[in-house]
Amino acid sequence: MKRALLYLGLALGALVTIGPFLVMLSTSFTGQSYVLQLPPRLFPEHPTWSNYSDVFGLDNFARYFLNSVLVAAGHVVLVLLLGSMMGYAFAHFDFPGKRLFFGLILGALMVPGVVLIVPQFLVARDLHMLDSRIGLVLFYVATQLAFITFLLRGFFASVPRELAEAMEVDGAGAWRVYRSLMLPLARPALGTAAIFSFLFSWDEFAWALTIINDPGKRTLPIAIALFQGQHSTAWGVVFAASTVAVVPVLVIFVIFQRYLVAGLQAGALKG
Amino acid sequence: MTATMHDVRPVGTRPTGRARAARRRSAKQKTLTAYAFLLPGLALFVALMVWPMVQALRMSLYHWNILPGAVSEFIAGDNYSRALHDPVFWRGFVNSAAYALMTVPTQMALGLLVAVALNRKVAGRTGWRTLYYLPVVTSWVVVSLVFKYLFNTDAGAVNWLLGVHIDWLGNRWPALVALSALGVWKGVGWSMLVFLAALQQVPRSLLEAAEVDGAGPARRFWHVTLPQLRAAMAFVTVMLVIGGFNVFISVFLMTGGGPAHQTETLLSYLYNQAFTFLDFGYGSAIAYLVTMLIFGLSLVQMKLFRYGEEDQ
Repeated sequence: MKRALLYLGLALGALVTIGPFLVMLSTSFTGQSYVLQLPPRLFPEHPTWSNYSDVFGLDNFARYFLNSVLVAAGHVVLVLLLGSMMGYAFAHFDFPGKRLFFGLILGALMVPGVVLIVPQFLVARDLHMLDSRIGLVLFYVATQLAFITFLLRGFFASVPRELAEAMEVDGAGAWRVYRSLMLPLARPALGTAAIFSFLFSWDEFAWALTIINDPGKRTLPIAIALFQGQHSTAWGVVFAASTVAVVPVLVIFVIFQRYLVAGLQAGALKG
Repeated sequence: MTATMHDVRPVGTRPTGRARAARRRSAKQKTLTAYAFLLPGLALFVALMVWPMVQALRMSLYHWNILPGAVSEFIAGDNYSRALHDPVFWRGFVNSAAYALMTVPTQMALGLLVAVALNRKVAGRTGWRTLYYLPVVTSWVVVSLVFKYLFNTDAGAVNWLLGVHIDWLGNRWPALVALSALGVWKGVGWSMLVFLAALQQVPRSLLEAAEVDGAGPARRFWHVTLPQLRAAMAFVTVMLVIGGFNVFISVFLMTGGGPAHQTETLLSYLYNQAFTFLDFGYGSAIAYLVTMLIFGLSLVQMKLFRYGEEDQ
């Protein structure tokens, strides 16, 4: 009896949790003349692919998708490289200024993203990075570097220094220790960091909206939002595009969720 | 002192001058190595994060002219006093605070409830956990649009389910309720995950001892489990309050801060001032006020929770 109640409660909560996803999905298969019809239907009366063909018929949609993929790939590679180097330095070396630099990193964890957007816009303008995918990548890396460094430093700190020193006695330089000892050991932590940074880049909105003007350089989030702004009732098309944007993320998450959960929980428990 | 293999020497002998010099050299080399590892990342970080932060402070003291090379007028603290006398700024503050008040306790309570349920012997725990976490990893843009659709006045599922006809997004408080509903829906999975991790760390022996002493499930939860969750509670509260005051994308997409600035939050107002009205100086002043507010709130909470104190 009590167990039945437990499962009933969990199922109810799960229904509320996936409800909006089902609405998105079912609306994406609903023809334009039915999207504002009541009562809402889980299975559209006249299901249609037309919204999806409309989405892929939009001149630039494949382009937006590709932009999102390119920016995310550049971001993940660069932030993992720089973040793991910094994390390793903070975990295994003592040097003047360590407390100051680490304090800067910790402080940046607390600064809300949108707060810096005004001065960052001017810096990007001076560096000729407005309307540029490189501008997206570099600022994403800078924004997430503190978090990724913090995450990986925690992992590197748990690797005994003696392991590295043993390699050094055998004549290995610091770069080799990092490259062939630390990085392979850190694979699970790097996996966690990769998922976090992919999600960050794939979903980022405010910065891309601010610096990207050229329609050919839009990423998915701004393309979808701007499309909804212009066609306020074309919900079927909006949600078809949303589904295309969201599904890869959900698939990646479900496959790799173990890494993400482990990383999150480690971060939370270490505080 | 760092104990490297080179340092090993028989106990009681004094280091010779040569050994000391070698160690100094090696320490110096280690410092250089560390800087080399830090440099690329730190350079980017300073150029694109720290420098803009400094730049924003300077801009906030000017009537900033955004044309490149144009002269800006120094007005000292005027942008700040303007904000403090600006009714829309205060409305934004109240809206952000109301959003935090509505979303933080709700997310924590629901997150804890689900975590406690999943901490029992449940079939398919990983499946449930994954499912409850899905909204957390889903794009803010997409879920904001889905909720905008759900809260549609004439054809929205929410009005239909409740049997009412409310213009949710066209009025201040109903809009804040709709925004908060989205915030809670998207956030519960995150606090669930943190609490679940903390629950799994509660020592079985403590719970068993309490049971032997005759404490029922409710008392065990209240007197044994809950105190063990203090660090997790502190972490979740601080992060959620920061997140609450950071609400932006959903506001931007669901109401745009309107109608007539009624639903503006601190960050949506900042963004509108800067990029709709192109008042970068004023936007930067608001940015600094928000940053100080968030830092202050976080510090107060950490003090209240005595976060970081060892007590286990």
